[in-house]
Amino acid sequence: MLREEILYEAADLKDVIHDPSVARLVINKDKVISSNLVEGIEINTESIKDGVRVRLVVKEGKIIIKPVHLCFGVTAENAVQNIEIDAEIEKGASISLLAHCVFPVAKDVLHKMDAKIRLREKARYSYFERHIHSDSGGVKVIPRTRVILEKEAKFKTEFELVKGRVGLIDMDIESECGSDSIIEMTARINGTEDDRIIIRETGYLNGSNSKGVLTSRVAVRNNASAEIFNKLIAAGDHSRGHVDCKEIIKDNGKASAVPIVEVRNATAHITHEASIGSVDKKQLETLMSRGLDEDEATELIIQGLLN
Amino acid sequence: METLLKTENLTLSFNGKKILDNLNLTFKRSEIHAVVGPNGAGKSTFASTVMGLDGYRKFEGGIFYKGLSLKELGVYERAKLGITMGWQEPARFEGLKIRQFMKASSKDKKEDSIIEALSILGIDYREYADRIIDKSLSGGERKKFELASIVAMQPELVILDEPDSGIDVASLDNIFGAIRHLHDNGATVILITHSLEVLKNAQYAYLLCSGTLLDEGRVSKIRKYFEGKCLTCAHKNIPLFSELERYV
Repeated sequence: MLREEILYEAADLKDVIHDPSVARLVINKDKVISSNLVEGIEINTESIKDGVRVRLVVKEGKIIIKPVHLCFGVTAENAVQNIEIDAEIEKGASISLLAHCVFPVAKDVLHKMDAKIRLREKARYSYFERHIHSDSGGVKVIPRTRVILEKEAKFKTEFELVKGRVGLIDMDIESECGSDSIIEMTARINGTEDDRIIIRETGYLNGSNSKGVLTSRVAVRNNASAEIFNKLIAAGDHSRGHVDCKEIIKDNGKASAVPIVEVRNATAHITHEASIGSVDKKQLETLMSRGLDEDEATELIIQGLLN
Repeated sequence: METLLKTENLTLSFNGKKILDNLNLTFKRSEIHAVVGPNGAGKSTFASTVMGLDGYRKFEGGIFYKGLSLKELGVYERAKLGITMGWQEPARFEGLKIRQFMKASSKDKKEDSIIEALSILGIDYREYADRIIDKSLSGGERKKFELASIVAMQPELVILDEPDSGIDVASLDNIFGAIRHLHDNGATVILITHSLEVLKNAQYAYLLCSGTLLDEGRVSKIRKYFEGKCLTCAHKNIPLFSELERYV
């Protein structure tokens, strides 16, 4: 199988790769191997050391109907990949991105991402990122994302790594909200063996009536560890936020959660909930009373949590 | 009729207090039984002990299922023998879809069986298959899904703890229909209840008070005392054997 085909298959791109109505950008290590644009989107790329810089613009008022497919992959066993993204979603524009980060045979791969995203007034940006890793545990993923939302903008991101070994994931995402804007940031990660998971999510609800929800769902088994730092700071009038972190640990897994909620305005309100521990006993016993053994029941509960 | 489940001098204590006190109960195969009594009588503790839930395994006396002692068996092993339970307040599962829950519970894993089990509870599979069993469902809805999962499991012995709890009047018929379905298909049902409406569905009843067996018999007999005395009880779970005669 050609290297591109490995990526297309892993990233569910096979059905859309020849569809001219679907925008896409496929990068293997430091090379753009496939791209397609649709009206309303501008994508410019340039080579940087061990990677690619991407400049993405969605033009004012343009609604991109079909999800844009991004694929950042490394089909080699050992490599460094640097991806820099500078995205601007202009006033009233809307885009949904489906990103796959694919490292199917990685033994020692470092994937670094540095993204700056600006959403202008009333812009919409939805980003779903799924990671597909090898089973070696030799992947290190270090994404850094800064998001700025102007008035009435909406930013939604979901990060999912539930197949293959995590290796190391050290993600840091920070957003700053203008008035009436909304952020939703969700991470779902499944750690096994000696995987290490570090998640830092920060939201500054500076604008009046801005809203933010930070959600983390993590399962750690064997000797895996997870550290979750969720931070929401509400300064805008009537800003609202919620931090929700759940971690299930099994075997010798270790997990910590540090929710920081800070309110700097008497009209603002933030709530948080965090739970860390073994699988809920009642859930477990319910499934076991239907004939599932403990491992099967635990697996199903974790599957649900990471769903 | 053959005895399916039997307890012998079943006693369970927490912090030195007897919650179940020397219970000798016999449950015949394919009958609908009720274990009735006021709040605090030990009914739910009895259900949890028979199912072998965590914290309810250190009992004195014996529990025998088809003559086999359950003492050393956990929940999974008991379920494999054909025993299951419906909780008074069913569990919530974050992210778990109804289709996954039903399939995990189902004996034959076939979609047709799952659809049928849900339809007995008045639930349209297509409408609910991708719903999550979490706080987005009401307690009553979760109760119906739990009972549907039990129907799909096709167990031999079902213990239902307060099956009408949180159920609206319109859905009660669905609950009772499911109980009849289980019975018609050969299951032995134990209803844990303090509701006269639920009690009506049983054939034989045990009346508990303060963990003690106060009386047993056909429902028509037990109902009189339960309705006349237990529901208006002022002596807070102190069994008064001397008053039984007035109601028999």
